[in-house]
Amino acid sequence: MLDLTATELLQRQANGDSSAESITQTFLAQFRQHDSRIRAFLHVDEADAIEQAKAIDAKRKGGESLGKLAGIPVAVKDVLCTKGRRTTCGSKILQNFVPPYDAHVITKLKEADAILIGKTNCDEFAMGSSTENSAYQTTRNPWDLERTPGGSSGGSAASVAASQAPLALGTDTGGSIRQPASLCGIVGMKPSYGRVSRFGLIAYGSSLDQVGPFAQDVRDAALLLEVIAGHDPRDSTCVNTPVPPYTAMLDEPIKPLTIGVAKQFFGKGLDSEVEQAVRSALKVYEGQGAKIKDISLPHSPYAVAVYYLVATAEASSNLARYDGVHFGHRTEKFAGLIDMVKKSRGEGFGAEVKRRIMLGTYALSSGYIDAYYLKALKVRRLIRQDFDQAFAQCDVVMGPTSPTAAFKIGEKADDPLAMYLSDIYTISANLAGICGISIPCGFTKSGLPIGLQILGGPFAEEKLLRVARLHERETDWHKRRPAL
Amino acid sequence: MSLSPDEVRKVAELARLEISDAEVDTIARQLNAIVDYINQLQQVSTDGVEPLAHALDLHDVFREDLPGESLTEDEALANAPARKGNFYSVPAVFGD
Amino acid sequence: MMSYRTIIGLEVHVQLLTRTKLFCGCATTFGLPPNSATCAVCCGLPGTLPVMNRTAFQLALKAAVALNCTIATFTKWDRKNYYYPDLPKNYQISQYDLPFSSEGWLEIETPAGARKIGIIRAHLEEDAGKMLHDERAGKNDSLVDLNRTGTPLLEIVSHPDMETAEEAKAYLEELRLLLREIGVSDCEMQEGSLRCDANINLHVPQPDGSFVATPIIEVKNLNTFRGVERSLKYESERQAAELQRNLDAGVWHVDATRTSKFRDYRVSPITQRKSDGALGPVSKATAGWDERTGRTEIQRRKEEASDYCYFPEPDLVPVTVDADTLERVRAELGELPAAQKTRLQSQYGLPVYDAGVLSRQGRAFVAYFEAVVKQCGDAKEACNWTMNDLLSTLNDRKLDIKESSLSPENLGELISEIQATGLNKQRAREVYAVMLDGLTAKQAIDKLGFKVVADEGQLLELVRKAIAANPKAVADFKKGKVKAADAIKGFVMRETKGMAKTEMVQQLVMRELAKE
Ligand SMILES: [Zn+2]
Repeated sequence: MLDLTATELLQRQANGDSSAESITQTFLAQFRQHDSRIRAFLHVDEADAIEQAKAIDAKRKGGESLGKLAGIPVAVKDVLCTKGRRTTCGSKILQNFVPPYDAHVITKLKEADAILIGKTNCDEFAMGSSTENSAYQTTRNPWDLERTPGGSSGGSAASVAASQAPLALGTDTGGSIRQPASLCGIVGMKPSYGRVSRFGLIAYGSSLDQVGPFAQDVRDAALLLEVIAGHDPRDSTCVNTPVPPYTAMLDEPIKPLTIGVAKQFFGKGLDSEVEQAVRSALKVYEGQGAKIKDISLPHSPYAVAVYYLVATAEASSNLARYDGVHFGHRTEKFAGLIDMVKKSRGEGFGAEVKRRIMLGTYALSSGYIDAYYLKALKVRRLIRQDFDQAFAQCDVVMGPTSPTAAFKIGEKADDPLAMYLSDIYTISANLAGICGISIPCGFTKSGLPIGLQILGGPFAEEKLLRVARLHERETDWHKRRPAL
Repeated sequence: MSLSPDEVRKVAELARLEISDAEVDTIARQLNAIVDYINQLQQVSTDGVEPLAHALDLHDVFREDLPGESLTEDEALANAPARKGNFYSVPAVFGD
Repeated sequence: MMSYRTIIGLEVHVQLLTRTKLFCGCATTFGLPPNSATCAVCCGLPGTLPVMNRTAFQLALKAAVALNCTIATFTKWDRKNYYYPDLPKNYQISQYDLPFSSEGWLEIETPAGARKIGIIRAHLEEDAGKMLHDERAGKNDSLVDLNRTGTPLLEIVSHPDMETAEEAKAYLEELRLLLREIGVSDCEMQEGSLRCDANINLHVPQPDGSFVATPIIEVKNLNTFRGVERSLKYESERQAAELQRNLDAGVWHVDATRTSKFRDYRVSPITQRKSDGALGPVSKATAGWDERTGRTEIQRRKEEASDYCYFPEPDLVPVTVDADTLERVRAELGELPAAQKTRLQSQYGLPVYDAGVLSRQGRAFVAYFEAVVKQCGDAKEACNWTMNDLLSTLNDRKLDIKESSLSPENLGELISEIQATGLNKQRAREVYAVMLDGLTAKQAIDKLGFKVVADEGQLLELVRKAIAANPKAVADFKKGKVKAADAIKGFVMRETKGMAKTEMVQQLVMRELAKE
């Protein structure tokens, strides 16, 4: 049962071959058996998960209509607020924070009758690319426990890769869904900015953050996206346009299909095995009649620099509220208000978060804002314009998701910049607000998964998913599971 | 451009972060490495380019002036680190 | 005492009359129990997002149009970052470089005539919560109430166009009248829905024709109109004395190297000698006004401008205003107080003073006045009655004009009745008092049993009787004491219990006295 996709599990329940309870039990058993080594989850309330499952089974017995994810366990990154349930962002500063509301996507999951199986580990406030920045634990890559699952949504990615949940939600500010999906050999998608409500997503970089799905295959990712996408009047930046039924046309190939390949995504620093796997994937598409077109994204090499100004500037302000006054950690000993605030923040935030707050504050401070923050926003427009021109010539842009396969835990811990560069291919999509997906496209000789990144224009999720699905139908990389 | 330890302290003050003297040098070194990298942006010509704060071309989003649900005092104060009656309690503002 | 020119600019915050807060559905009602009108959004809980209140923006727009501001076609919001416990997000959503309105004006009345006070900008932002530092909090604590957090505020910044404390007060009063009239804010200073900070300094003329400028002091916590006037008067005198003292002592020096232009003249700032002998600018400061002691207390010297790290608010989207919207807002404004005052003068021939009194009472009052005129046809009398009698009745009873028990039609009828019957003012006031119970003028007169004596024969008889009974008054009158006639008139009035038709008695007394 652990190898089944969510779509197959839905089918089994419909056929009466499985119950929500038995499915949930199965995944919980997998969690119990393996998570002490993988450490994907921060909080799991088994009894509560079983309760939810029983309620779904009862609904089904009672002949009530059921949601699109009825009885399917979904793991949720711990930056998404869950009403009455601790939500920590992987940070000490929110160790005891219990939100009095559900994130919009959590409400959507509940309406779809999904089982909320637990909250997953992540880099503190989603800042990181390895899940090592969690204040609580380091998540390990199910394919190689010495290696990181990527980040920041590493817990969610690892939980799906290790079959502890068939589906998971992550958030992607600079690649935090696509990069761990790639490193864990699963499907991970970042929707276009504005497609999914950010209400209840604890902000890192507000103009970049999006919630998105992790799944074993493209169909499941489409299904989960279908559930969480759509207008929410509580988020001003969430568009009010209908959500296409992503799963309905999934198997219809896009014809003709023109794939843009940018030389900037195949530059220095790209591992040769990764490049080879990506080139093979392009061959698969060519074999299906797609046309490969060389394009240029001349400003994408600046994306990392732009990102580390824009995201940190927004973060420095977003994280100002953690001051020990109204919620969150308050230090024990202090002399006066300002000292209390500084100590609480100094104790509550980890090194990377502090670094980014410092960088962002610096970029916004008088005397530097023009040279840094505003300059970054200008280059951001150029990056967006590059994509607008690209999508005028091709349907999607393809390349590697990450320059390397999973790296070793601790390998980049002391070199923040090296860590930042592992997001070099994913970041520009967030800056431009477009959608992107990572799908498995091969393995290194040492058995580590490699991801293919496909980028689509703003709100071109349906096309993106259909293109991704085409590759999946022709290959079976996505069917491989790690030996735990 | 690079940050001196004094500038690092100033930024930390602005960000209300307590950092120890021991941390200052490490943070300065790490930030400077990042700032050096970021300085490559100065090579890009952006004359006449408008800043893009938001990738979304969306405007005029409003809510109507209708009452919504508020929290009870207890719900509102549930996460407060310190509470006095139905107030949040903080160290005296003028006590510094 | 040196002569100087006081330069005042006001920064006014008014709460907008919305039902709910700027970014969430919590109530904006004043005086609710602490922390009973908050939600996850206005408490700044992680993951929450603001969504702009449409009515708040519309009210702000209305105010800016009424203040003759230029309205931006595209406006956005920014975060103003600073740490304070009454600001749960530790940033305030405000407007920085693209406010929705700029460069307007408001006309005020000064002893030297009407004057336009320039407005630099008006922008829409969120309010902060309230801090309690009193004994309830204890010595080591401050208490925070977030009810007010997120209430929509319109910040209106004037040019430094006011030169006296009286002008500043007049500006504030005119602003309050305007904003109340167009329904933008109730402007209750006591409840904090109108708050005022004043920037004040002096320009002191120099023999060479230039001026010396004292450092700007920002006076905060001005909670009453009187406080605005008193504090600014105090502060300008204090600054003058401080300047004199420091110049005399050689502590301050005129810095002629840093002159700048203000209006049509040049000003030089002053610098201060530091301990090391170097000269540096005298720092600006904020000061609190203490209503009790009648003094301003310097709170904080501003060594350098605060760094608010402004940047565009990513959680909100921009707002656009097109020509049609502006046209609609303009049309909805109706007649503004200044225009109304002019019209009252030209249409009804009222003196400036009377027109001013009426328009200051607001539109509903003016409408009442106009209905009275329509009924009786006598604008002057209508003005007298509404401005004096009716207004004092309303004030005594703490009523709004809309709650008046006396309809304008009835008041108009009373005025007509007075003119027709010659009822004297004293009796007319008694009728008026009865009419306040909802009676018409005729009903009230009947009820009081008033019957005006207007029969010439009857009155003539009484006048002759009075002349006969008052030989001394007659003699005095003959000697040229015109006032002596009053005794004769008084006699007639007493005889008729005040019901004699005044003009007729006057006529008859004069005629008969002339015959003596
Ligand atoms: Zn609220």
